[in-house]
Amino acid sequence: MTGKFDIHILFDHWDRFLEGFLHTIASSALALVGSFILGTIIAVMRIAPLKPLNWIGTAYVEFIRNIPLLLVVFVFFLGLPTLGVPLDGFTSGTLGLMVYTASFIAEAIRAGIQSVPSGQSEAARATGLSYMQTMLHIILPQAIKIVLPSISNQFINLVKNSSILAVVSGFDLMYYADLINADTFLPLTVYTIVALFYLILTLPLSMAVHYMERRFRAADR
Amino acid sequence: MDFAGAYSWPNLSFILQGFGVTLLVAALSIVFSFVLGTILGAIRYARIPILYRLLAVIIDLIRNLPLLLIIYFIYIVLPLVGIKLPLLWAAISALTIFEGAMISEIVRGGLNSVDRGQIEAARSSGLSYMQTMRLIILPLALRRMVPPIVSQFISLLKDTSLCVIILLPEMMHNIQILQGHSPKYVIPSLILAAVLYFAVNYTLSIIARRLEAKTI
Repeated sequence: MTGKFDIHILFDHWDRFLEGFLHTIASSALALVGSFILGTIIAVMRIAPLKPLNWIGTAYVEFIRNIPLLLVVFVFFLGLPTLGVPLDGFTSGTLGLMVYTASFIAEAIRAGIQSVPSGQSEAARATGLSYMQTMLHIILPQAIKIVLPSISNQFINLVKNSSILAVVSGFDLMYYADLINADTFLPLTVYTIVALFYLILTLPLSMAVHYMERRFRAADR
Repeated sequence: MDFAGAYSWPNLSFILQGFGVTLLVAALSIVFSFVLGTILGAIRYARIPILYRLLAVIIDLIRNLPLLLIIYFIYIVLPLVGIKLPLLWAAISALTIFEGAMISEIVRGGLNSVDRGQIEAARSSGLSYMQTMRLIILPLALRRMVPPIVSQFISLLKDTSLCVIILLPEMMHNIQILQGHSPKYVIPSLILAAVLYFAVNYTLSIIARRLEAKTI
């Protein structure tokens, strides 16, 4: 093994880098959509006017936020097969990401919902909208704008966290990096290229978050 | 599922041994990343010429990369340029660098959140820059920084589990080994691990919330 940097690795192993890159994007995107839906449901449960729903929502958020992502992924990858539900690495990794990220997104959305002035929901209810209609048409659209920066931050985390797929052979960038490294013995080159691939995804996203935060701060003034 | 087998003393002590390593690595990394993050955050806040721009780029790069990649860089790439760290210290270094970058942003944000009027008032009442820093800026900033820093420590404790990829014998690694003995142990040992992580992290998050309530 040498610390040599050889850019030819990128071209020689282009198809595997690309394959991994696409799996990383697919897993992050699927987990984002899934965790957004699940997170919204849990956020609404946490503030719904029904105590048992509050408890379930709170328990979910508090429990999942305090255990490692890897443990959640292992429940799908190691746990479910022992109950007769075999899942491959990509599926269990993506499901784990979804379940884990949903708890963070739920918290962000709950904060957003509670930042919408109560006059808004009172006015909506007074015009005859039901609780669900008020949520769907009045509160959530306003809350989404407020939580957009923190949701985007979660997406950055998702892209980074998707590297967990490598631990369960999920065909992502890190997984292929290990394979290419085993073939070429040029870890410096391989992992630097992989770092660049991740930065292609995460840097524009963080710039967008910075931009949004500045815009919202300016709008508050 | 075999709870009795999974929690029999040899297996239980094996999992707890792993948890000991998890706590050790987390505790040391918490101390180091706090020191590193405070220094880096202060340098960026004080705008020490050239250095702060260079740090801004490096910190942004680290924050935008997966921790797994940083662990690989420390454990696999660094030895090639002559820096060979023992397994435990490779794990601690990677966590310190990654979480230190995160904490530096919290520190910088906390320092920046102190109202300029406070600083101007302190300076015009005759306090020196260092006195203003020590007596006015730091106490105000610290109160705002503590809750997010504790949350970062919670992330750090969870992130220690990623060291399974370099075979650090922490809890998740030991659970994988147990699983090799019998698939019946998987779910019981995962439940135990979840309870242990949760117990420590939930305590930390309650502390964070108490501190938050105090500062408002």
